[in-house]
Amino acid sequence: MSMTQTLTDSPILEARQLRCERGERLLFESLSFRVAAGQLLQIEGANGSGKTTLLRALCGLSAPAHGDIIWCNEAIGDNSEDYHAQLTYVGHHPGIKLDLTAFENLRFTQDMSRTKASDTTLLAALDHIGLFGFEYVPCRHLSAGQRRRVALARLLIAQTRLWILDEPFTAIDRAGTQLLAQLLTQHLQNNGLIVLTSHQPIELPGGEITRLALH
Amino acid sequence: MWVWFHKLGSPPYFFRFSGIVLPYLAVACLLSLCIGVYWGLFIAPPDYQQSETVRIMYIHVPAAMFSMSIYIVMALAGAVTLIWRIKLAELIAAASAPIGASYTFIALVTGSLWGRTAWGNTYWEWSDPRLMSELVLFFLYLGYIALYYASEDRRGAARAAAVLALVGLVNIPIIHYSVEWWTSLHQGSTTRGTQIAATVHPSMRYPLFIMMLGFALFYAVTLMKNTRSMLLASERNNAWVKEVVSQHESP
Amino acid sequence: MKAATPLYSALFALLKRDLMLAFRHRAELVNPLIFFLIVVSLFPMGLNPQSQVLPMMGAAVIWVAALLAAMLSLDNMFRSDFDDGTLEQIVLSPWPLPAMVLMKVLAHWLVSGIPLVLLSPLLGVMFNLPAAGIGALVLTLLIGTPVLSLVGAIGVALTVGLRRGGVLLSLLVLPLYIPILIFGAGSVWDAALGSSIQGPLLFLGAILVLALTLAPFAIASAVRISLE
Repeated sequence: MSMTQTLTDSPILEARQLRCERGERLLFESLSFRVAAGQLLQIEGANGSGKTTLLRALCGLSAPAHGDIIWCNEAIGDNSEDYHAQLTYVGHHPGIKLDLTAFENLRFTQDMSRTKASDTTLLAALDHIGLFGFEYVPCRHLSAGQRRRVALARLLIAQTRLWILDEPFTAIDRAGTQLLAQLLTQHLQNNGLIVLTSHQPIELPGGEITRLALH
Repeated sequence: MWVWFHKLGSPPYFFRFSGIVLPYLAVACLLSLCIGVYWGLFIAPPDYQQSETVRIMYIHVPAAMFSMSIYIVMALAGAVTLIWRIKLAELIAAASAPIGASYTFIALVTGSLWGRTAWGNTYWEWSDPRLMSELVLFFLYLGYIALYYASEDRRGAARAAAVLALVGLVNIPIIHYSVEWWTSLHQGSTTRGTQIAATVHPSMRYPLFIMMLGFALFYAVTLMKNTRSMLLASERNNAWVKEVVSQHESP
Repeated sequence: MKAATPLYSALFALLKRDLMLAFRHRAELVNPLIFFLIVVSLFPMGLNPQSQVLPMMGAAVIWVAALLAAMLSLDNMFRSDFDDGTLEQIVLSPWPLPAMVLMKVLAHWLVSGIPLVLLSPLLGVMFNLPAAGIGALVLTLLIGTPVLSLVGAIGVALTVGLRRGGVLLSLLVLPLYIPILIFGAGSVWDAALGSSIQGPLLFLGAILVLALTLAPFAIASAVRISLE
């Protein structure tokens, strides 16, 4: 998706009457919501209430027991490759290989997306996320917080409209939290969409935030 | 017809339907097995070549036949599970597996006994393609059961096992032909399996058919019983199960 | 930055990544090969055979050991990616999953299968197999090991989410390996006796083609199920 399109399109993520089960336990049912361009949806709930299951269902990693998930008027199952092209998911696991360096991890992520990026762009992203000097260190030798930053660097270089983040504020320090908040705000300003879970309520300056609680 | 089939997929309806049909099927099963066994073991004539030992056929042939058919049912139920995620299909596949495995085991044991007395001095003949394929089918059943019970998530396990069943289905003809080709190239003594089906005298045919019916009914009865209890267990949080339980409790 | 990436370049990126990762653990890659060697040697040690019996055993023993060694190396295919979340990212990438998993299987075969093929002539010699037998051994392993990787990948993908997947994997995969064993070992024995093995080779080739076309879909399906 090119940058110019953000001004003309307005994609919408919609969930209709979702019902999710884990094993034989019902997590939630009849859940419906809409997220439009420039909006952030924060999903709240106690541990085990199904937040991660909901996020994974939105990604298309698992199918809900009932209900539909619609992206731009199309069910996500109908054209999953195109949907995935517009989605970046950062889950509980950092999603990086520990045996590769930070740069190699980003390079791989970029090669697997539908857009090309030059090496300098990737290095600039690593610099911006606070890993200057650590680009060529195997991630095995980075701290947990630094590995989290590598995972978040993917958001910087991704050109996707929809970000789905599972507790992105865990395991990063104060400076990292500020940086992430900046990233999120910028994405919303570019007409992107964000769905995330977090234990503490998020406050973003000038951001339109909707909260949804799962019980 | 299709509408009824679709209705059958709904758990409460299946439970009611099977509850009504089960007693009749059970009686029919018992009858056909008793008649078949008595007829086959006592009334039917001995074979001109193998004399009394041919009577193993009345158990071996139906068991072997259905061991294959049950696998196909399992694989089909698996396909339904993967495409439409119907819970009843998952349970039918899982309930069929132990029955199919038992039939396969019976076929293996009776086949081995039959082979020993009729053709050779060994209990096991590695060069017989049918026996070999049946052995691998037994392994496939065991693997299926092991995979299904390996995780706590019943529905995910059912889907994984469904993939395995379908992969195994593709493999069965390959296994059969690979063994058959190999033994025909090397030994030439593969007449065991093929001789059975070739010429069956009418007086032996009827008890055989009755035994086949009995085995089929036994599968249906056991399948229904097991599926019913699995259904109750997995739907225990639903209203209809609570109703059934309360109906049973009140005298 | 706006140009679109074609499919083959994404596939190549995945292949390259897997090969890079394998290379960074190259000490571990040798283990299945050593296992191969040791297991093959166990049989003549256990049987104390005369030299005439050796070639007869050799075909079967080498093939069975190759099956077991292939199975030992299967776990690497998906487990590490599953544990650190990169398997999810592969599933979430905008490319067809069957093609992606095929690349992973290819990487596995290049790293684990080909060494078995290369080591086999040495083992054939240890069993006094004649040259024709050794030739058949190499050829059948060359065609057979990709099938072992493809079919094994189905089993790995099905069990990667389970805690104690190890032995279960063997139960699932070994019965599926049986046809390959029959044709592979049988061909070596036939070739050693001097007969033509064109038939079995063609059959093995047919199994390979079948596996190449169908297994990626089964593997992709199994991966998705394990990630649910």
